[in-house]
Amino acid sequence: MSRFYQLDFEKPLTELEQMIDAAEIRLKEEMAAAASAAPGSISPAVMTIQAELDDLRRRHTESLAELYTQLGPWETVRVARHPNRPQTREYLNLICRDFAELHGDRRYGDDPAIVTGFGRIGPVKCLIVGHQKGKETQEKIACHFGCAHPEGYRKALAKMKLAEKFGVPVVTLVDTPGAYPGLGAEQRGQAEAIAVNMLEMSRLRTPIVSIVIGEGGSGGALGIAVADRVAMLQHAWYSVISPEGCAAILWKEANEQTNAAAARALKLTARDNLELGIIDEVIPEPLGAAHRDPRAAADHLQRWIVARLQDLKTIPLDRLLDARYERFRRMGSYAEQASPDGLAQTIAGG
Amino acid sequence: MAQVTTRTWSEVRPARKAAIPEGLWLRCPGCSRMVYRRHLEANLQVCPECEFHFRISAMERAKQLADPDSFQPMFIGLTPTDPLQFKDLKSYKDRLVAEQIKTGQLDAIKAGKMFIKGREAMVCCLDLTFMMGSMGSVVGETITRTIEEATRTGLPLVIVSCSGGARMQESGLSLMQMAKTSAALARYDDAGGLFISVLTDPTTGGVTASFAMLGDVILAEPNALIGFAGPRVIQQTIRQELPEGFQRSEFLLKSGLVDRVVARPQLRSELARLIDYAGK
Ligand SMILES: [Zn+2]
Repeated sequence: MSRFYQLDFEKPLTELEQMIDAAEIRLKEEMAAAASAAPGSISPAVMTIQAELDDLRRRHTESLAELYTQLGPWETVRVARHPNRPQTREYLNLICRDFAELHGDRRYGDDPAIVTGFGRIGPVKCLIVGHQKGKETQEKIACHFGCAHPEGYRKALAKMKLAEKFGVPVVTLVDTPGAYPGLGAEQRGQAEAIAVNMLEMSRLRTPIVSIVIGEGGSGGALGIAVADRVAMLQHAWYSVISPEGCAAILWKEANEQTNAAAARALKLTARDNLELGIIDEVIPEPLGAAHRDPRAAADHLQRWIVARLQDLKTIPLDRLLDARYERFRRMGSYAEQASPDGLAQTIAGG
Repeated sequence: MAQVTTRTWSEVRPARKAAIPEGLWLRCPGCSRMVYRRHLEANLQVCPECEFHFRISAMERAKQLADPDSFQPMFIGLTPTDPLQFKDLKSYKDRLVAEQIKTGQLDAIKAGKMFIKGREAMVCCLDLTFMMGSMGSVVGETITRTIEEATRTGLPLVIVSCSGGARMQESGLSLMQMAKTSAALARYDDAGGLFISVLTDPTTGGVTASFAMLGDVILAEPNALIGFAGPRVIQQTIRQELPEGFQRSEFLLKSGLVDRVVARPQLRSELARLIDYAGK
């Protein structure tokens, strides 16, 4: 399926994939020919092609493994944006039984860029909130490519409050380039909507787990990601700004080179975020990323969600909320001087 | 404003330089008239002719708000580090040193306790002169400690914001300051504290999208740029001109997003009266 859309760094793979395709066709033809010529016997030609095919597939798997273990940060961003990468609705189909979607924020509208509803993941009843970027053109446009409006964040909060009321845990799937920057979004209080979500999620009296499944773009991501446990899929990114946005400002220009430099500087990969203590865990993806095997990615995701929700269920709510507070409270890096006079003097002297 | 570090200066305030130049007289960007500096200072850096609000530093703001000699700075030893070893065209370390030398401050915030017309309050003022008032770990930590101190003491809380948003050079850690400060405000809210948020020119990005929009009462100085996304980003997204006055205080007032637009000379009395109505 990845063959419809090419990432340039996957070019060596593409050639192998084309050779595999060709070999498969030849194999079919030879088998048909052999079957009609001498039914029941094994054709040497078929065996040769079969061996060739095995070798190609082995080389393909090897190259894939090599490529994806050495993925740079900018390449990771592009994998996270792969059009075939599973989105919230696809994961819902794969891991969630009996999803009861709930629409609308009861104030202004229903933002399709954030999907909310009750569902069962494994044995766990939960309330699911997830960004949806859209797959087909129509859906992409309706979803503003996953950039939610204030009504999306307010819908998310309204449904999370339902979860709190009925003692159901919350699962959020983060996948957004950022909150929508537009006239209506500003006029209806984009900043307020995100801020209120963070405040309310920090004291929501039910367990919350969040997973960045693709793009974790800034406040638009964090607006549904204040949780007891936060994870990222292996090839997702999470940062204060997109590499392009950062490059345009700090490198004065966004191009392939500066985007790559910004992606590196921002420490936006799952591993970087784990090292910075921003996330708790990295959820592995199948070889060659989630878009090659959505089913396998969904299995990893489901296992993590179920395990974490079962852990969190055993913690008394007051302790859970204290721990959630502490989780964010300790974030940041700074030094503390007993007396700043020393430095003030250095500055004056310099 | 030599160093442009987070959102670019032009993005936050297109085609208008509001930094105060040296000299006895200066030209007001609001009405283009020459204004005598002493008159400007006496009027809290507001043009006496057209009420244009000049941008002021955190220290000047604190002095303006506080009863004489009542401002007691707190959490002053917090110093930024470079956790990501961030480097763009210039390294974050070098930028920090340059900004510290330029401003004589460790980071972009002043916090502490003060009396406002006799009412005791915890106060934070962001500082645009230091890396565009951007929020990294030090700003986030200072705000959080101030909120926690207000929660502990039951004092009212005033935060005067002006910022280009979250500081890119601390990336995810800057982003997390949004959640951290918002969570601290949730606890302050649970404790029944009064938080008055004052928005000044410009307040954008991750600062607007966290504590700045979480006030029990939100005040804005006249004609301040206040928004989530910068005007240039919006313009690039929607590909049309932004309406006149878009993202200005008066626009936010009309949109129902702020409670009052308050001119700087009235700010102290406005805060005092709100504390009397709503404070403990
Ligand atoms: Zn003037």
